Amino acid sequence: MTGFVLAMVVFAVSLSKSRRLETLEDSVLRTNSVSPAARLGGTATLEQSSVSTAVVDGQERGAGRRAGNIGMSLTWLSMFLLGAALASRGLSAHRLPWGNMYEFSLAAGFSVSCAYCVLSLKRDLRWLGLFTVVPVLLDLGLATTVLYTDSEELVPALHSYWLAIHVTAAIICVGAFTVGAALSALYLVAERAESRIEAGQDAGRIGTLAKRLPAADRLDLMAYRIHAFMFPLWTFAVIAGAIWAEAAWGRYWGWDPKETWAFITWVIYAAYLHARVTVGWRGRKAAYIALAGISAIMVNYFVVNIIIPGLHSYSGVK
Amino acid sequence: MSVLAWLRWLWRQLTSMRIALFLLFLLALASVPGSLFPQRGTAPAKVSQYIQAHPKAGPLLDRFHMFDVFASPWFAAIYLLLFISLAGCVIPRLVDYWNELRREPPVAPKNLSRLGVYESWISTAEPTGAVTEAALLWRKKGWRVRTGADYVSAERGYFREFGNLLFHLSLLVLLVAVGVGSSYGFRGTVIVREGYGFADNITQYDSFTPGRAYSVSSLPPFSFTLTKFHAAYQIGGMQAGAAREFHANVLVKSSPNAQAKSVRVEVNEPLRVDDVTVYLVGHGYSPEFTIRDSKGNVVWKDAAVFLPQDSNFTSNGVVKAPDSVPQLGLQGYFLPTVTSDFSMGPRSVFPAPNDPKVFLSAWQGDLGLDNGTPQSVYRLDTTKMKRLGIEELSPGQKWVLPKGQGVVEFTGYRQWAAFTLAHDPGKGWALVCAILAIAGLSMSLLIPRRRVWLRITQDAQGGNLCEVGGLAKTQAPGLPADVSRLVGLAKQIAPEVPSD
Repeated sequence: MTGFVLAMVVFAVSLSKSRRLETLEDSVLRTNSVSPAARLGGTATLEQSSVSTAVVDGQERGAGRRAGNIGMSLTWLSMFLLGAALASRGLSAHRLPWGNMYEFSLAAGFSVSCAYCVLSLKRDLRWLGLFTVVPVLLDLGLATTVLYTDSEELVPALHSYWLAIHVTAAIICVGAFTVGAALSALYLVAERAESRIEAGQDAGRIGTLAKRLPAADRLDLMAYRIHAFMFPLWTFAVIAGAIWAEAAWGRYWGWDPKETWAFITWVIYAAYLHARVTVGWRGRKAAYIALAGISAIMVNYFVVNIIIPGLHSYSGVK
Repeated sequence: MSVLAWLRWLWRQLTSMRIALFLLFLLALASVPGSLFPQRGTAPAKVSQYIQAHPKAGPLLDRFHMFDVFASPWFAAIYLLLFISLAGCVIPRLVDYWNELRREPPVAPKNLSRLGVYESWISTAEPTGAVTEAALLWRKKGWRVRTGADYVSAERGYFREFGNLLFHLSLLVLLVAVGVGSSYGFRGTVIVREGYGFADNITQYDSFTPGRAYSVSSLPPFSFTLTKFHAAYQIGGMQAGAAREFHANVLVKSSPNAQAKSVRVEVNEPLRVDDVTVYLVGHGYSPEFTIRDSKGNVVWKDAAVFLPQDSNFTSNGVVKAPDSVPQLGLQGYFLPTVTSDFSMGPRSVFPAPNDPKVFLSAWQGDLGLDNGTPQSVYRLDTTKMKRLGIEELSPGQKWVLPKGQGVVEFTGYRQWAAFTLAHDPGKGWALVCAILAIAGLSMSLLIPRRRVWLRITQDAQGGNLCEVGGLAKTQAPGLPADVSRLVGLAKQIAPEVPSD
């Protein structure tokens, strides 16, 4: 078992190292890539997907392209390493590795990188790499330093097959919502740059970043698709939690702080979906709501687990 | 503006999307204080502590129901308004949906080439027959079709709106199920010591909270005895002392004359008998004492429930012996594994009974049981008592009280288990509604709404122009794939003729 623990620690450390290398590569991408004036030169204000692909292709020259490819490969490698770390943790504890905050953070980091890698199979997502890797790095950094706890058994309340169902669904959702939030944040950047260009002003530093991203409405569409796809799964995660609560605590809903914040997160994402079909709430405001949603998830994870006492206190953090 | 017109305006505002958004934000915001402040429903003791610790802010927060957020009138106002808005939106949409189902797909637009996805080819097939046959093929693939003289209109994705309506209606029924369940149900708690039992009767509950419409005479007549409680803890490591296993073995009788059944009750496996579910929610130690008075008569002999104060089960409790003259009382600590370091007072360092000890102080005087006011069984009122002394006892030891006032013998200890009993007639309905809601939600978000048209225009030279155009009402990807599939089918009927 010690061997597993050691292997897992080594994995996590090597993971952090390779990720730092990757973020460096991505920043090389930012500085070295040629910035075409075509899209943001002010001529085309109506964005079409064909134009933005031309922009992305236009960037693919020399050092920029190489850096992006290296970054992508490193992300894939890191994802597999993280998966192996998770598996070894699970093997050493003889159970699914999501019983305390250290393990959950590992799993969430894995979920985010998985979501990113799977989505990148279908389309070029190298521009998104930096913005998904940094949150994962922060999460892993916290996990290995502050949240670390030995590989042990679980408290009796967690001895249930619902652990696999409820917590797995939550982990997958957190991963996907993080990528969605990154997309919403980038949409805000791109939209601000585009509106500045339309108003005839100089886009400045925001513009230099926006030039390397797809068009604003494409970002908005991608963010929407992820959120819409994941919202039923989040609903399922909350309801699975309620079914488990009925078997474990005697009631299916008791407004325990974690239940309350899961509900708050659900309501915020429901508001996001409503906003996207309401006149005047579609673009920037909907993106803000998506960011509010991921903030609620962060509060639910860090604040509720550690600071607020309740029935859900399985954090393992002393 | 007349009252009726004003009411109508108000109603239209309430059922608008903007107000729905606003109410959703309000609902989320209103839930936040419910997670930050202690709530009466789950931790009433913490609420009193908070109010005592904050003498100015406490009562003010209480006035605004901050310790009772989810049962407060203003929280109820928010979700009731939200549900009224929801109902006001959904019911007209039900009517609209019904009409839409009865209508046929719309006629093909004049210029198909303007649509999002468009394909065309030349064929020699004759329009009317080809169009009818293509329509048949398309219908087999799940599209709803309407044929005209030279066109086919196809539409699919009707279940999207069905899912949307199903989801919102399920939420409505879910709210009703939750309300009915809590009104017609009850919750109670009881602490049972090993070797003792519980009969489902209002007098045996330690606490009992019925719903508004629940009548106590409907309590089902089951009973159970706790034969053994077992707990196992982590030894060593970073999480030493953490509970690893606990279960309670009980003998259950579903009615007084029924056969007793042995059942094991654990955290995730409650006992379900007669629509009441019995959950294991806690445990602790009850040290056993035999108290004799100054004449040697036994005035008390029982196991006293001591309540745990920390995760290592440092427990404290009280014994009241009203039958002795003068009355005797004990208060103190039971430590399953006593610490060797007393700098912070008597504490336990491990939850299992590896080295159990009690630390007691004995009191003599008037316990105050006869003055008419109810007392907590876990508190000793020492205002009319004087302390005789303090002592530390291991199991089996006796303590001879000073001046021959009696003898206290610590004869042993046994464990107790705390159970919550709950009855909620609405929970089955709530579950069904929740499942339907997820099904409806998935349908409403994942099913794309599409329209595709085929038109065959006869050409003077004999090569007929076949056009297929597609329109998506939602932004889901896959319209081009759908269209090319339909084109493939159409080409089976009207094969492409290579252009010269």
